[in-house]
Amino acid sequence: MKFGIVIFPGSNCDHDIIHVLRNVMHQETIELWHKNPLPKDFTLDDWIILPGGFSYGDYLRAGAIARFSPVMHDVVDFARNGGHVWGICNGFQILCESGLLPGALVRNQNQQFICKNITLKVANDNTSITRGIPKNKILTIPIAHAEGRYIADKKMIDQLLANQQVLFQYCDKNGAINQEANPNGSMHNIAGICNDSRNVFGMMPHPERAAEEALGNSDGRLLLESLLQNALV
Amino acid sequence: MISTDTEPKVNIEIAGKLGLSADEFERIKEILGRVPNYTELSIFSVMWSEHCSYKNSIAWLKKLPRKGHHLLAEAGEENAGLVDIGDGLACAFKIESHNHPSAIEPYQGAATGVGGIHRDIFTMGARPIAALNSLRFGNIRSARTRHLMKGIVKGIGDYGNCLGIPTVAGETYFEDCYEVNPLVNAMSVGIVDKDKVISAISKGQGNPVFIVGSATGKDGIHGATFASEDISDESGEKLPSVQVGDPFQEKLLLEASLEVIDTNALVGMQDMGAAGITCSSSEMSEKGHCGMRIDLDKVPMRQADMKPFEILLSESQERMLVVVEKGKEASVKAVFDKWDLNCTQIGEVTEGNMLQYFMHGELVAEVPADVLVLGGGAPVYHREYIKPSWYAKNKQFSIDSIAEPENLIEVARHLATHPNIASKHWIYYQYDSMVGIKNTLTNHAADAAVVRIPETDKGLVVTVDCNGRYVQASPEYGAMIAVAEAARNIVCSGGKPLAITNCLNFGNPYDPEVYWHFVKTIQGMSRACLKFNTPVTGGNVSFYNQSADGGAVYASPVIGMLGIMSNPEKHLGMAFNQANDLIYLLGSSRNDIASSQYLDSWHQRRDCPAPYFDLDEEFAVQEALTILNEKGLIRSAHDVSDGGLFISLLESAIQGNCGFNIQLDEAIRPDAFLFGESQSRIIVSVDSQMKKLFEQTLKECNIKWSMIGTTGAKLLKIGDQNFGTVSEWAELYNHAIEQAMEE
Repeated sequence: MKFGIVIFPGSNCDHDIIHVLRNVMHQETIELWHKNPLPKDFTLDDWIILPGGFSYGDYLRAGAIARFSPVMHDVVDFARNGGHVWGICNGFQILCESGLLPGALVRNQNQQFICKNITLKVANDNTSITRGIPKNKILTIPIAHAEGRYIADKKMIDQLLANQQVLFQYCDKNGAINQEANPNGSMHNIAGICNDSRNVFGMMPHPERAAEEALGNSDGRLLLESLLQNALV
Repeated sequence: MISTDTEPKVNIEIAGKLGLSADEFERIKEILGRVPNYTELSIFSVMWSEHCSYKNSIAWLKKLPRKGHHLLAEAGEENAGLVDIGDGLACAFKIESHNHPSAIEPYQGAATGVGGIHRDIFTMGARPIAALNSLRFGNIRSARTRHLMKGIVKGIGDYGNCLGIPTVAGETYFEDCYEVNPLVNAMSVGIVDKDKVISAISKGQGNPVFIVGSATGKDGIHGATFASEDISDESGEKLPSVQVGDPFQEKLLLEASLEVIDTNALVGMQDMGAAGITCSSSEMSEKGHCGMRIDLDKVPMRQADMKPFEILLSESQERMLVVVEKGKEASVKAVFDKWDLNCTQIGEVTEGNMLQYFMHGELVAEVPADVLVLGGGAPVYHREYIKPSWYAKNKQFSIDSIAEPENLIEVARHLATHPNIASKHWIYYQYDSMVGIKNTLTNHAADAAVVRIPETDKGLVVTVDCNGRYVQASPEYGAMIAVAEAARNIVCSGGKPLAITNCLNFGNPYDPEVYWHFVKTIQGMSRACLKFNTPVTGGNVSFYNQSADGGAVYASPVIGMLGIMSNPEKHLGMAFNQANDLIYLLGSSRNDIASSQYLDSWHQRRDCPAPYFDLDEEFAVQEALTILNEKGLIRSAHDVSDGGLFISLLESAIQGNCGFNIQLDEAIRPDAFLFGESQSRIIVSVDSQMKKLFEQTLKECNIKWSMIGTTGAKLLKIGDQNFGTVSEWAELYNHAIEQAMEE
């Protein structure tokens, strides 16, 4: 199993996730340049990560242009064949734009970019990236985005909740899910979701920014540890 | 040479309109041995503008200490200072102003300021890993201030966030004197392998010259000239002088510029900031003692029918001039192709020292490179300076003329919610402070930002500091304090100061009182930099920060200091993190409230000098702290600065969510003890079991100190008074600016 990190020209969290996977988690990690197709030896055992950043500048709408990039044609096929794809921040936006995940990420309620530590909890512990996280654990993981307010129509939201596709919700320090603890105005405080076949994941918080003791926070590593335990089973 | 019909005829009036004096016009004619055409005159006007030539400051700047064994480039030699940080690495860092553009068009003005300073760093081959900024606004209650602040903060955020360089630290002040003319100073810090540094040089006759990055448009023409005059009602008409930023292009340029170094095909590279092609081609040629021929019509352009002088002076952003070894063009072009950037040959290096600019084969301007640039033929002026009449009188200020406040809690609340002191998170939450996963400040509040150096366990320690009120009151001492505070912040975070970059923001240099502030600032800064062994590696001077009716801004010499933390275990934070620790004050309390925020905004008094400061005492206190930290005897450290002792204690309490109980000092007035800003003081918390060893060590340090109380509970207790809970004070402190912005 290896990880492929897609690099768009405006990706800027690519080096961070590569560092964490290679040097903290000791995983084989390769770079996938946006102009190239997926390499031949990339199999369904491997994982693709779409990192944070501003893919093609994102002047229009975050991820709106990235969905048309050459690599994304392959990523969509890979996911439709059951391959695992995980989008973080801009990656999540791109997955919604490409139709691999439902709903949309629109401008934060306060109309500002927000970068700070937030608290969130696991809503569904039956996926590979959440299964290993201790029950009722409140995770501190930073966000950094201008367009992170998750919205979808009522039918879709009901479906997401019924299918247990909501992975993470913003909560306060005590775990309560309320408007005060909602940094960007997302519906139902949604911070991350998966598709109905549970092989495509998207989240706005940045686990790679909370993966090392040297930075004083390793809550984000729990997701990666969970992924590795479950993927290798 | 014939000037084209469409160009204005050159005479002394036209020269004046371009900001050149009659003397300067005469000198140009002497140098060329003829009357320049309009294109040539435009070239001189930008290159000899204050902004590019430093003509009114360079004589004094040369008196600053600029040498140190750890410096790899002397001030002015490269685009930014270069400091040896060990492990084969160097740190390139610099601060620069973008005040005037931000006053007219806050969003683009601030954004392009950020873009420009990062380009200065990566043009040297260094990857920027941290950004800082220093902002000055008018009263937060004014609609203009809030408008500027929203635009400037968003501009800085949008540019830096897209580029993926974290903003790790900064400072913001609100004073009436900045109402019309805000200050926007941006700093970039980068890392480069010592043997991969790229120089801004052109040499080797026949080597091709490329322009890379964005196409050239009509934006920013005469921007450098605009930055060299006072802000007035007509300044709005200078809007075309403001450039427009494209952070995505800059991100491509950043990655491509760093990648192209590995081709080993570069002779030199220089970013295009002020005065665009003119400045980069002349500075690179002068440095390499050669000439250059440029075909202006080959420059990729955004619009048709650009005139030669417009192409030469355009300050379109996200561009570089690159000189390549002849024969290696293909490998360079391949890198820029990969990143979908223009890379077009526009000329070549020539023999001699002449810059020749052609348009469709016709020579349109011909000027020797060396006469244009700083250190070459650019003018150098010695300006008159006069000590202001109020200075002597203000020194007579006595605390006895100020009534003691009846209610200390009210004063404390006023200070904790004053926008100069309250939490600035309304600002910095809009900046990506964490991208790059090197900034430790997120989970470890400290006086300076500690940024991990890749592939080592060391950290760069960086801060920007300047209290303009102090400098305005007593420039020599105020400047020393700015350097001392920066060093103190670095030491309080576990670092060792190495070097500084400065951004000297002043009013009109032709005003002798403004110039006196400038001269005294240089003298004070020199003394402090020598004491701390932190040479000046470069920076920027911004004059003409004043308005027609408001006068000059406070003298604001912003210090950006670089330090290093060699051992991550010595990383210090400011939070009170344990109950029942002992709280010590290193340094002495004084009956001094001069120039404090308390005196300024509570008593509305400004007729006073800077707070008490003694350079030797300051140095000794910092040395003592370093020794205590080396021995592992302290749990937290936080310096006493704006708002005095109370605010420092409050900040440590809020960060650790832990209260304190301290005693007043009977020899000192309670208001001076709590809110005075006399310098050279640091609060530390100490494990009570370490008391004996701590005090023993301190006694050997030859400084004044006292134990003032203990940490614990969730209350703030001072003397016999209960000031309230940590959480209610945190609420006030954290939300004051947010509330003011919503008004």
